[in-house]
Amino acid sequence: MSVTAVIKKNSYFDSVSLMSISTKANGIDGVGQAFVAMATEMNKAVLQNLGLLTDELKAATTSDLMIVVVPSEGADGDELVPLVEELLVRKAPAAGGAEVSHRTVASAVEEDADINLAVIAVNGAFAAREARKALDAGLNVMMFSDNVAVEDEIALKNLAHDNGLLMMGPDCGTAILNGVALCFGNAVRPGTVGIVAASGTGSQEVSVQVHALGGGVSQLIGTGGRDLSAEVGGIMMIDGIRALAADPGTEVIVLVSKPPAAETEAKVLAEVATAGKPVVVYFIGGSQDAVLAAGGHFAASSADAARQAVELSSAAASQPETLDAAQVDAVLAKLAPGQENVRGLFCGGTLCDESMYALLNDGREVFSNIQKDPAFQIGAADSSRGHTFLDFGDDEFTNGRPHPMIDPSNRLARIVEEARDPSVAALVMDFVLGFGAHEDPAGVTLPAIREGQRIAQEDGRHLEVIAYVLGTELDTPGLDAQRKALAEAGVTVTSSSTVTGEFARAIARKGAAA
Amino acid sequence: MSTAASQLFGGQLNVVNIGLSMFEDDIRSQGAPVRTLDWTPPGGGKPEVIAALDALARPELAERIEAANAEAVDRIKNAKPMLVGFGRAIDVVPGMTPTTILHSGPPVAWEDMSGPMKGAVTGALVFEGLATDLEDAARVAASGGITFAPCHEHRCVGSMAGVTSPSMYMHVVRNETHGNYAYTNLSEQLAKILRMGANDQSVIDRLVWMRDVLGPMLKEAVEFTGPIDLRLMLAQALHMGDEAHNRNIAGTVLLFQALAPGLLQSSFSEARKKEVFDFIASSDYFSGPTWMATAKAALDAAHGIEGSTVVTTMARNGVEFGIRVSGLPGNHWLTGPAQKVIGPMFAGYKPEDSGLDIGDSAITETYGFGGFAMAAAPAIVALVGGTVEDAMAYTRDMALITTDQNPNVTIPALGFQGIPTGIDVRKVLETGIVPVINTAIAHKDAGIGMIGAGITHPPVDVFEKAILALADKLA
Repeated sequence: MSVTAVIKKNSYFDSVSLMSISTKANGIDGVGQAFVAMATEMNKAVLQNLGLLTDELKAATTSDLMIVVVPSEGADGDELVPLVEELLVRKAPAAGGAEVSHRTVASAVEEDADINLAVIAVNGAFAAREARKALDAGLNVMMFSDNVAVEDEIALKNLAHDNGLLMMGPDCGTAILNGVALCFGNAVRPGTVGIVAASGTGSQEVSVQVHALGGGVSQLIGTGGRDLSAEVGGIMMIDGIRALAADPGTEVIVLVSKPPAAETEAKVLAEVATAGKPVVVYFIGGSQDAVLAAGGHFAASSADAARQAVELSSAAASQPETLDAAQVDAVLAKLAPGQENVRGLFCGGTLCDESMYALLNDGREVFSNIQKDPAFQIGAADSSRGHTFLDFGDDEFTNGRPHPMIDPSNRLARIVEEARDPSVAALVMDFVLGFGAHEDPAGVTLPAIREGQRIAQEDGRHLEVIAYVLGTELDTPGLDAQRKALAEAGVTVTSSSTVTGEFARAIARKGAAA
Repeated sequence: MSTAASQLFGGQLNVVNIGLSMFEDDIRSQGAPVRTLDWTPPGGGKPEVIAALDALARPELAERIEAANAEAVDRIKNAKPMLVGFGRAIDVVPGMTPTTILHSGPPVAWEDMSGPMKGAVTGALVFEGLATDLEDAARVAASGGITFAPCHEHRCVGSMAGVTSPSMYMHVVRNETHGNYAYTNLSEQLAKILRMGANDQSVIDRLVWMRDVLGPMLKEAVEFTGPIDLRLMLAQALHMGDEAHNRNIAGTVLLFQALAPGLLQSSFSEARKKEVFDFIASSDYFSGPTWMATAKAALDAAHGIEGSTVVTTMARNGVEFGIRVSGLPGNHWLTGPAQKVIGPMFAGYKPEDSGLDIGDSAITETYGFGGFAMAAAPAIVALVGGTVEDAMAYTRDMALITTDQNPNVTIPALGFQGIPTGIDVRKVLETGIVPVINTAIAHKDAGIGMIGAGITHPPVDVFEKAILALADKLA
């Protein structure tokens, strides 16, 4: 057995480091066995037992370092020793102190008493528990998580109410607090319009339309989609109205929701009556009379809600863009007879809702996965029929994949599928920009749009694509760049969710008139 | 609704982000302070564990637990363990009989013992003259004529196999504050030794010498020196770079410094005294058991407080890891499988040679030093495979699962912060952080000895079982 031994006189290393170095040395390619240790009597005895104690090593003293290498078959000990010596060179510690990572809300708050909001996006089974701990620690809560029991939601909202805290959610995807957009929010101008919303994309739409009109947002409080149900009773929306009523930075309050349960609507409107500030109420498809009776300002559409809010505030309002009749006529002129159906492929639930209602309120039949009427409900596996509006953010469509606002590729195959249907007049789509959203929703969708256009063209027809880009020029990517990319591909770009619905309605009327 | 939400408005939003790290960058880019929790589902996501945690979190009960834990931690902090003497186990340890063998960890039957523990038991039976040789010892051990019991159930702790037989000399430590006693036997120094499972004639010869020379001389020495304040000495050792579990170089020097005058005044010959001095100098580990008994004296005083969720024992027998909790009085062990120890090994040995985690030495971490005080001992960070920053992080992490800091034992590098004290079963399960334990590695087979050192953790099961038992009892 060949043994290569090197003695480093007067080189002290502590025994624990040397054990670690020996362990690493034994892992070097070509090393059969390596032994790196101070030349103590004990260590020399170990070498003796292993039959490795050369005369040279025997003569070493306690202050000497021994490097002993037994090369494996075919390896050269003299080449291996320098590799072992490299292990003795201490590596500089990583620069900078590591930031303390916390495991619990309580320990984070212990370190920084200024924390005032918890954003909770854990599995629904654990979300309520975390929220309770955050509320107990005196934090406001934004709960992105869904699949939380309604009993837990009620208990959490009552707890928050009793402690004067916001309990936004569960299933709350959008908020803007003190100018900071949270989860899925847009970069909008600060201003005096306060928003309380049970609908995420609905509130995003109102906030970007307020921005487009020259206004700005003071606070955007999300409530979660279930807040205005009969069970929950609008606890968060009512607390939100009161908080904005007391907020000196808010001049006008806008409420955004799908139609609430009747008894909840009454409670919310009672708050509207006593808010002491103008309140614009946009309950999609809701009735005007009750709102007016409560002293509120009724909004028939998201664009209308934004317009009224800005006009009621002290901001200088610009005029909203409206449906361009000439543009509609130009599109209609391109369509062949039999091209009658509108197919809506949406990422944002409320945006889908608003366009769908534009047709429904016009007397059209619309199939959808978010239709209330069971006769018109269709699922993810079903082909489209007549006018079909699909919300790709619905659980059945996401099926464990990211929400289409994060990854809009979910609907690409559907674009191509719809293009093959000769009865289709137009595809209507949304592109949502902002924090949390995909970095280039137009770019990722355009290849499918072009493919659809090519299929239609080969079939001798025009496929109209109507696109709404929800965002502002302050978002990344910016509104203008996304609009431009779509327009260059021949897509008709609309200015608001409301106008998008009106455009779809105008095209659907063609089929009805035929 | 009060005005708290409107207080939020207009100020600086400051966010704790839980669950999705993608939100953090967006919030930070807008200028708001944000930190993302290193979040894991509490209780490993097990519904029954979460239900137990929630049951114990009910306000009136939680308040009671906080008070009980404060009492437990006060007892740990205020305990003043003094080294008051040395004596043979048969003379000093409660319940010891001529045929009793104590061992480390929770209870274990002879046939279930690990290799190193069987090696130590058979060696001890030969040493005591209860068997003629190792083969005979195995027969005696299996005969039913030997009473096996955990050290912990006899006010003792034992390093590694912890095998303690009647004629072995013990430290006698008295907790001056609460009046209780704790015991542990003497260091055999490293590595081919009984406690590591070695048992050849050299091991037996050393035990005989320890019984006839070292033990009696230490006994006389303390009679001359008087009681020695171990907590004070432990605190000094941490200031000198020990963590007092795997690094004991400063503590051994300090202990020897205190004992030396007494040893010199003892009735033994100069040759014997030199033997003892040489023996102490032969390994830095000499004071290792002393700190174990120090911790045991404090933790026994904190055991049995109604409502407390503070861990008072962590101990392993090479097969199982067991804990005891203050609020589950007596010998209520919660056990799970002993884990592997990860760390550097002596030349010639591989990880597959390692026995599983063994020994009562985790009493040091239970008190708050050892792995909990890694930040005090940057010299041995190689043990944890890392950097000084890693060592600091270990201690900071342990603060997240403990009740308080011990102001009597501090860590200079952390601004003289006290060692993390009073492991709370609830916090372990809420955070998913398990205690870190520095320890030695014994060969898995009987008769070989120590082959490395490193770190290990308790199995999380023991804490889950504890929280269920606590919820059952308290909620």
